[in-house]
Amino acid sequence: MSTEALIDKYFRPGRLPHIWCPGCGNGIVTGCIVKAVEQTGLTRDEVAVVSGIGCSSRASGYLDFNTVHSAHGRALPVATGVKMGNPKLNVIVVTGDGDCTAIGGNHLIHAARRNLDLTVVLFNNSIYGMTGGQYSPLTPFGSKATTAPYATIEHDFDVVELAKAAGATFVARGTTFHAQLLTDLIVKGMQHKGFSLIEAVSACPTSFGRQNKMGGPVEMILWQRDHGVMKAAWDKMTDEQRQGKFPIGVLHEDNSKVEYTVAYDYLIKKAQEGKK
Amino acid sequence: MALKIITKRCKGCGICAALCPKKVLAVNEVEKVEAVNEKECIKCGQCEQHCPDYAIFVEK
Repeated sequence: MSTEALIDKYFRPGRLPHIWCPGCGNGIVTGCIVKAVEQTGLTRDEVAVVSGIGCSSRASGYLDFNTVHSAHGRALPVATGVKMGNPKLNVIVVTGDGDCTAIGGNHLIHAARRNLDLTVVLFNNSIYGMTGGQYSPLTPFGSKATTAPYATIEHDFDVVELAKAAGATFVARGTTFHAQLLTDLIVKGMQHKGFSLIEAVSACPTSFGRQNKMGGPVEMILWQRDHGVMKAAWDKMTDEQRQGKFPIGVLHEDNSKVEYTVAYDYLIKKAQEGKK
Repeated sequence: MALKIITKRCKGCGICAALCPKKVLAVNEVEKVEAVNEKECIKCGQCEQHCPDYAIFVEK
């Protein structure tokens, strides 16, 4: 199916153009999500999209699936409820860097720990865009923000390592420049039985780019091209070469852990048999 | 026409024009993209893949 037909199929009619700024990467990531859904062969009724609050979380309003636009940072708790209520649904969580790692930070680590079968697509634009450019836990150290006019002195999370340490069983990173890779990673995340997190490095030219003199949309997407390194090449690089760059691709996969709804079904069965 | 541009959706960010290997596209004075050299298009799909606004499609 052509991309144009895909957009017509999975987007709510009459909602485009969207509200995102010129050059915002969120549109590219949302496009990758619908391409991934098409590749998995799931129908629209079999997919649920849950989002929190923020620029990225507006995506659920454009997509024509079962969608919930929930409270700030609470996309994961709502998604947990949706998945537990109907484990047959394939739940995609659309969340931003502030939404997922600041306000919803604890929800992230506990959802990862439980290994519930959710696919989290984390739109990382390094800033709180919608509220006017405040720094988030993923704003790189030394960057400027509205709340850090002389540069932020807080160190940023590496969300891939964070999810890995918290027990996520599939962790990957893509960028909006590597859009084809990002689509493939979302497909893999959706097919993975367990908690999967895909960090999508995205550009915010309006709030982040301007304050940090990174140039416009073009320069920012080319920055991703120059700084994202495929996992295979990353593994061969020295620490010096890795400076300032980040790995992309599938960064962690563990199929040994039991998935939460499977374990829950087992528990129900055991309780019904009256065993302890 | 190999390229389909939905002008209403275009916000003129210029990503497609910058990523086009054949310099087929350009952003005009009203900040909308247009095909200035369409016969050079090799249908690589870079513009379609990277357009954040779903405003340009390559018809194969």
